[in-house]
Amino acid sequence: MMENNAEYVTIYVMGKKHEVPGDLTIMKAMEYAGHQFTRGAGCRGGFCGACATIYRKKGSYKLEGALACQKIVEDGMYIAQIPFSPAEKTTYDLDELRPDANTMLEYYPELSRCLACNTCTKACPQDIMVMDYVQASLRGDIEQAAKLSFDCISCGLCAVRCPAEIVPYNVGQLARRLYAKYIDGPSQHVLDRVEEVEEGKYDEGITRMMKASKEELSELYNNREIDLK
Amino acid sequence: MTRLAYYPGCTLKTKAKNFEDSTLATAEKLGIELVEPERWNCCGTVHSLSTDDVMHHLAPVRNLLRMEELRDAGEVDSRQVVTLCAMCYNTLKRSNTVFNTDSDRRKKIRDNMYKEEKEYSGNVEVVHYLETLREMGWDKVKEAVVKPLTGLKVAPYYGCLLLRPRGTGIDDTDNPTIMEDLLEALGAEAVGFAYSQKCCGSYNTVHMKDVVADLAYKILNNAEEEGAEMLITACPLCEYNLGPIQSEVEKKHPVFDSIPVVYFTQLMALAFGLGEEATAFTGNTPDPRPLLRDKGLLEE
Amino acid sequence: MDPDNKRFKDRVTELSGENVDLCFQCGACSSGCPMTQEMDLLPSKIIRMVQLGLEEALESSTIWVCTTCFNCEVRCPRGIDIANVMEALRQLVLRKKYNRVSLDELSQEELRDLPQIALVSNQRKLTA
Repeated sequence: MMENNAEYVTIYVMGKKHEVPGDLTIMKAMEYAGHQFTRGAGCRGGFCGACATIYRKKGSYKLEGALACQKIVEDGMYIAQIPFSPAEKTTYDLDELRPDANTMLEYYPELSRCLACNTCTKACPQDIMVMDYVQASLRGDIEQAAKLSFDCISCGLCAVRCPAEIVPYNVGQLARRLYAKYIDGPSQHVLDRVEEVEEGKYDEGITRMMKASKEELSELYNNREIDLK
Repeated sequence: MTRLAYYPGCTLKTKAKNFEDSTLATAEKLGIELVEPERWNCCGTVHSLSTDDVMHHLAPVRNLLRMEELRDAGEVDSRQVVTLCAMCYNTLKRSNTVFNTDSDRRKKIRDNMYKEEKEYSGNVEVVHYLETLREMGWDKVKEAVVKPLTGLKVAPYYGCLLLRPRGTGIDDTDNPTIMEDLLEALGAEAVGFAYSQKCCGSYNTVHMKDVVADLAYKILNNAEEEGAEMLITACPLCEYNLGPIQSEVEKKHPVFDSIPVVYFTQLMALAFGLGEEATAFTGNTPDPRPLLRDKGLLEE
Repeated sequence: MDPDNKRFKDRVTELSGENVDLCFQCGACSSGCPMTQEMDLLPSKIIRMVQLGLEEALESSTIWVCTTCFNCEVRCPRGIDIANVMEALRQLVLRKKYNRVSLDELSQEELRDLPQIALVSNQRKLTA
């Protein structure tokens, strides 16, 4: 066990009380307390959405959502994990869809039930304006919905709390897919690069690298151009 | 240009885009700039009638807050918000009243909206575009007319939520004249009919389409019997329940003559001579253009 | 009056904010209602049932067919908003997890065709 100079705090995991160093994330604190993750842990870097957690702070009525791998513990935190949020993703063939005004509503008619209560936004651990992208989807503004939902990692906290039974992250996913395929269009610089590769522009350089010795490669690596902006 | 806060509503961005396009064009001609806030949400129609309900007022009140934010940012010149859709008008107005008169619920609504940057003060007035026109003066509207709609017999279809319940309506529910006044200013002939305020069937269109088709038949037939050649409306749901539904009506009543149903702002755009993009008649079913061409009111 | 019946009537009064005892059964609301053909009980009859504390009013089709057009409210000589009473009756059923219209029943074509305003208002009035 490593030495830890942080002050200890009390947390409750699934109802059981533990004393843990106060500078740990919820995930590390749970492991410190002896909990072994078989579900609800993934990249540990705030990007996969596997560790969705809800908690209450001491003395507060508010129910808050967080990613266990990112959120630092606080004294009196009462924690429960949401390993899985049940959600029905509609099936669609992206090639057959068009980004029409009613497309989002056609595949997710429950969008019409949105109360604009903002509970989803309050639950989101990524500070996304969830209510706004749900509303944009309802009125057919696919571009807005795609842009606002960009940081979504499908952790499921919004879906678990929505009183209108909407699954915002599925809605955002469809919006982004439609936007990327039909509205934004392909990235020209990627297409240009692919063309260059196919024309053999980089063949010589790659062959040279593959034949180079370890010393030559070290030389190239140590003297490479670094942009420190 | 007078700058007024404008609340479009979901349907005006999608199926009823012709309503919005024609309105923005006519407003510009009349010296009004309708300013839409960057953020707004569905108004959550229909107004929730339960005395204990707080949740269903969050959506309308949030919009009123957005309008207040516009005013605070100096982007509009008055405390009014202009609406086009009769249902949005009714919902926003009634929730505003609940917020301003029910102190208990006002507190709860505010508590639920703690994530907003500021609290709604209650100081926004909800008006319908027809009220804006009436306030401006019908002579001003008449001045903007370049091609009077002479000989066009139009029945004003008010529907329900523009005039009811008492206290919320934009005109007297027993004898409204606001749409007739507009038609007169545009040079058209207003045709009164008994069912001008009969409900179109509203949200029953989702699961009771055949019943709504029967209602449409009664309303449209009545208007035709009085000599109307066209109906005007101020609500996308009424337009949907009276216009595109006519194909269903014809199946059950083969003798029925189809009659175009348009938004009042589309006729304004026509009379103001604003062109195809403003009148936006391509969005209407049945197509009003054959009739208008016959009347010499529309060039080829 | 049986205490259960009184509780039902009190609850409707509280939720709607309307005093149904004012009604003297003139029938003006029913004659102005656009949906009576689809109703098993006329609106004025529903009010009578609430007056008597009869919970069977909740089993009628009337409360689900109402379009909240407020024609009744405008016509009532005693100033009762019958539409408010209809909403209160619906809420008593909806708040027990009942949905009158389920989105699952609608076809793809219908969803493509319906304007937002229709779906939003339908779900607001007829679902939990």
